[in-house]
Amino acid sequence: MRNVKSAAFIVAAAALLSACSSPKLQEAPKVEEKPVAQAPTPPADTREIRPVETATVDPLNDPKGVLANRSVYFDFDSYAVRADGKPVVENHSAYLTKNTQRKVLIQGNTDERGGTEYNLALGQKRAEAVRKSMAALGVSDSQMEAVSLGKEKPKATGHDEAAWAENRRADIVYQ
Amino acid sequence: MKKLHTLLFSATLLMGVAAHAQLKVEIAGVGSNQIPVAVAAFADESVAPEQVSAIIRADLERSGVFKVIDARQTISDTANIDLAAFKASGADALVVGSVQRLADGRFQVRYKLLDTVKKAQLSQLSDAVSARNTRLEGHRIADDVYEKLTGVRGIFSTRITYVKQDPAARDYKLVVADADGEGEQVAAHGREPIISPSWSPDGTKVAYVSFETRKPVIFVQNLVTGQRTVVANFKGNNSAPSWSPDGTKLAVGLTKDSNIYQVYIVNADGSGVRRLTNSNNIDTEPQFSADGQMIYFTSDRSGGPQIYKMSVNGGQATRVTFNGSYNISPRISPDGKTLAWISQRDGGFSLYAMDLASGQEQRLADGATEPSFSPNGKYIMYATRGGGRTALAVVSVDGRVKQRLSTQAGNIREPSWGPFMK
Repeated sequence: MRNVKSAAFIVAAAALLSACSSPKLQEAPKVEEKPVAQAPTPPADTREIRPVETATVDPLNDPKGVLANRSVYFDFDSYAVRADGKPVVENHSAYLTKNTQRKVLIQGNTDERGGTEYNLALGQKRAEAVRKSMAALGVSDSQMEAVSLGKEKPKATGHDEAAWAENRRADIVYQ
Repeated sequence: MKKLHTLLFSATLLMGVAAHAQLKVEIAGVGSNQIPVAVAAFADESVAPEQVSAIIRADLERSGVFKVIDARQTISDTANIDLAAFKASGADALVVGSVQRLADGRFQVRYKLLDTVKKAQLSQLSDAVSARNTRLEGHRIADDVYEKLTGVRGIFSTRITYVKQDPAARDYKLVVADADGEGEQVAAHGREPIISPSWSPDGTKVAYVSFETRKPVIFVQNLVTGQRTVVANFKGNNSAPSWSPDGTKLAVGLTKDSNIYQVYIVNADGSGVRRLTNSNNIDTEPQFSADGQMIYFTSDRSGGPQIYKMSVNGGQATRVTFNGSYNISPRISPDGKTLAWISQRDGGFSLYAMDLASGQEQRLADGATEPSFSPNGKYIMYATRGGGRTALAVVSVDGRVKQRLSTQAGNIREPSWGPFMK
């Protein structure tokens, strides 16, 4: 039973092939003459592969990569890493644990309201929140320094809530 | 008559020059019980580059303590004066003087302070000064008038330091100027923020924080030699320097040990750093008490920031401020009796003063940050926002006299009032 089926398939396939190829057979195919290359002596075993490293791009320098985002934002009067900042912390932690020669400065910032020095202290709490989260993910203390710029280097220079929200931030700066 | 014209012309010219100065004074309020003082033009004062009597008049007016009466005439210190006539015009005291050019190019400035009531001489000075010090000599005479008539040392010849910044142009300057904002000199200049300047008690050095290495580091700069010393450059933040009264130590805020601001004491050369506070909360902005035995500081250990004090040898901290949920930037008056600080109440930031003995509080100014006492303890300078930029203002500790030192360009902030100079 099985042989009958196979035989039928072969017959059908042969008929199909001849039907397709029959018009081409009427034209004489042109044969190009090529000089026969001297065949090199083949190595003993051609299945052996020598791997090569392609030119790698440091993911840190990929402008479209996840590591391009180096800012962690905070709510007003808050010093806890928000849910939207967790992937940023995780991505950089993963990179730093793999690249232990790399070091980062974590710079905390605040909005412009309040005293100069007290804002420095608050910005430090933000930088420290990021540092602690990264330490928990295995980044070595020797790779990180948490500092604060307070209200002195605002990214947004406006005096409204949108500008203040932009400035309640910690930046991961590679050294 | 021709001479008078020349004199008036010179005076106008000089006032024109003064109007171009970096800071301008606006008196927003005037104290009552002002002492009426007449100030005469000094004989031959147009020979000097600065009109001495105009400087004295401006200083005395700015203090709010005096009602300055224009004597409407030139009176030399050697003149025979009808004091009764001045008494009749309402003046209790009269300032007269003269300026003489010396052969060596200097100027001999002589002045006398006369009491029109007692018909007696209260004081006199005679100094030979260089051309560039004629303005300073005017301030010194105003200091003498202030001291003889009020019993308190004057602050007109003292200096201030502040930060002038243009962040968009990445331009940050530490500036030193006379207490009236004239005679600006740049002490440090760079492309990263400079904050928290603090004068050494001897007036030769300023401690400040520079961000030039992408983080806050404390420097002490000798103003005369320009030599800079790194006082604290530990891992993390280094800021909030303030001098001990004897000038040998600095109280600072560092994050090196616990990653949160704590108060430390360090020698002025950066050696011998010693931790003072030991909390899990922010402890920063330390300030020595006048006797050097206590440290006042800002801490958020109760939730929001409040001011505390503790012994320089450590121990328990005592809370000092209780009203309001945001109290920062403590400053102690030179006599140790008054605390000035910034409190956020009803949204805005205001300058308050507290009598430390009674705990009595007084609101002195609104829209204020970064206060600094004058060395005689009678005034507090602070940074204030207005017209889209920050400027400096001065208020008397009784709150009755207010002035705004407004600038023509640039943001000015972080004032520190220098000490009395010998």
